[in-house]
Amino acid sequence: MHADTEIKFRDSAAKALLDPQLRANFRRAMDGLIFKRKAQFPNPRDLEDLRDLSTAIRSRSLLNLPALLEQFETQATKNGIQVHWAETCDQANELILGILRSKGAKTLVKGKSMVSEEMHLNAFLEEHGIEALESDLGEYIIQLDGETPSHIIMPAIHKNKNQIARQFSQKIKDAKYTEDVDELTAMARKVLRQKFLDADAGLSGVNFAVAETGTLCLVENEGNGRMSTHVPPIHIAVMGLEKVVATLEDVAPLYAILTRSATGQAVSTYFNLITAPRGAGEKDGPQEMHLVILDNGRSRIYADPQLQATLRCIRCGACMNHCPVYTRVGGHAYEAVYPGPIGKILTPQTEGVGVRHDLIHGSSLCGACGEVCPVKIPIPEILVRLRREATHEDVGSQVNGKGTGRTATEDWAWRLWALANKRPALYRVITWFATRFGNALPAGAPLIKDWTRTRTKPVPARRSLSERVRAKGVPHV
Amino acid sequence: MKEVYFYATCLVDLFFPDAGMAGIELLEAAGVRVIFPQGQTCCGQPAFNCGYWEEAREVARTQVALFPKDIPVILPSGSCAGMMKNHYPELFHGQADEAQVRAFSSRVFELTQFLVNELDVKLTDLGEPVKVTWHSSCHAVRDLGLVGEPKQLIAQLANVELAPLTREHECCGFGGTFSVRQPEISGAMSCDKAADAEATGASVVLSTDGGCLLNVNGTLEAKKSPLRVQHIAEFLWERTRAR
Repeated sequence: MHADTEIKFRDSAAKALLDPQLRANFRRAMDGLIFKRKAQFPNPRDLEDLRDLSTAIRSRSLLNLPALLEQFETQATKNGIQVHWAETCDQANELILGILRSKGAKTLVKGKSMVSEEMHLNAFLEEHGIEALESDLGEYIIQLDGETPSHIIMPAIHKNKNQIARQFSQKIKDAKYTEDVDELTAMARKVLRQKFLDADAGLSGVNFAVAETGTLCLVENEGNGRMSTHVPPIHIAVMGLEKVVATLEDVAPLYAILTRSATGQAVSTYFNLITAPRGAGEKDGPQEMHLVILDNGRSRIYADPQLQATLRCIRCGACMNHCPVYTRVGGHAYEAVYPGPIGKILTPQTEGVGVRHDLIHGSSLCGACGEVCPVKIPIPEILVRLRREATHEDVGSQVNGKGTGRTATEDWAWRLWALANKRPALYRVITWFATRFGNALPAGAPLIKDWTRTRTKPVPARRSLSERVRAKGVPHV
Repeated sequence: MKEVYFYATCLVDLFFPDAGMAGIELLEAAGVRVIFPQGQTCCGQPAFNCGYWEEAREVARTQVALFPKDIPVILPSGSCAGMMKNHYPELFHGQADEAQVRAFSSRVFELTQFLVNELDVKLTDLGEPVKVTWHSSCHAVRDLGLVGEPKQLIAQLANVELAPLTREHECCGFGGTFSVRQPEISGAMSCDKAADAEATGASVVLSTDGGCLLNVNGTLEAKKSPLRVQHIAEFLWERTRAR
């Protein structure tokens, strides 16, 4: 099974690498984001202090997750928010369809939500005759082309201005061709403004859920989040069950590090604290509010003390922006809802380490992701753990698909490797032959063939260091 | 007299013995007695990173046994030093010999860190003026915090000008088995690194790690560039030894 799937990321990545426009778009965009993030943290110690604090808050929240979720539900319910629980994406989709149908809703306007992408909600609703329109500019752009997000914060980052100009002139009614960004934005705004007013319901994601107050926090830059959650008569929010924190005080440092890590902003243009539907005598806000809390494999991740760190993620995207692989292949190559380093550890845990063996080996383990992660998720260590889980089963492991990535070929390769490296006499014979005849290996030999696509064949030295040290008389004891 | 062990690492043993010899010479020139136990093979990192921990442990165990004396173990590699120093304790967690392995790990040093931080070496440059650039290995930087030491050593050389890479901390694309499991991505990263190095106008790229050397040198050679990567130990020794 894994031999087939391993080709998947490799093939789609190889294809992406051949697209110079795509590579230029990503490189330029990621360079900009790296630069802007860096400018937000002129003092490395301030950054480390904030990372420590944020990591502590997220770890503490997870430690108390079951109690916090209960407290949150009680408080939110008291505020008038209807809380629903979904174990699977199918259940979450059905719940939302049920809410919309009970109100006779035909149109839904959406703020940005990666959980709704995880659920493939748009496609599901469309199958059931409900229009779901993305209102985040980036999401709107990709929805016009039937694409999925290539980045969790900047979903249309794979496209440049000219590509969007062409697309708008073809797909938006009565739109003229322009490469002026303000004019392009105005075109989208004109379409969306009417949709906000007409929509029967609005949907949003959640950045943080506050247990003590039952508040949903929503970070955004375009105001579309506020419009989606406040203008239509019904607001449905969706979130993963890991999003809860204890207090409003916990939110401040997380918000500070989220916007700085994501887009290099000290604050976002909008920060919404949504606590209740429209109250008696109030003039705005939805009349009805629902929250769907999704598990989709999260509680299984939660049960593992090491892997639990995956759930600390605040979805800033900094790991992608700094990843040398992501920067070159872009988000679509991962064929996963969450691309980049966080996707490489999250997707195999939810979909199975065997079937997404391609992703866990699609990393040089350079560590750039772990270095910038605002909540210090040890992504490289988790990748190694998942590589182990894919081929072996740890005692008591709950990892999805554990052991299913094992192949006889790889087993044998490592067994032989160990045999050669734990017997110095054998190792000496092998290196003797390698130094004398290493150059004789054909360039088409397995492993060497792949290596030599862009490199010359590695040729061993004529004498190994061990031999030369012996000849020179360096003491060996 | 101060004594240390030298651990070659498999890549230096097989592909870059000159760098290993230079490392030993640099230590000896600093007045240290260097012991090179025979029977050295590999630190176990390839198997460890691929999840084959039993195999990695079997090999690591044979290596630890070669260094019984309570003296420093010096490696001409940030990546392998990081493996032995930081990942052995994880690999041996809960094993009967965990304490013994932890004691070994605490004695592991990367060569340039040892030269600067423990020996405080002073180098005299005897070479012609030259422009170099520096490629930092990912594991050296992120596993060992190896950032300043190589540059401090280069700065001691009066006739050497250091021209920085545009993306000094970006991975060269080696990544061990990554380079053969994902040859296209790895190749793209290597080509970018080679181009970055060429753009500096330097006549040599310096690095601490055999993996990066093998990868970037192979890439430069394939594109017929005159530029080469050299292990920093070899470069330092060439410029400072009395002829």
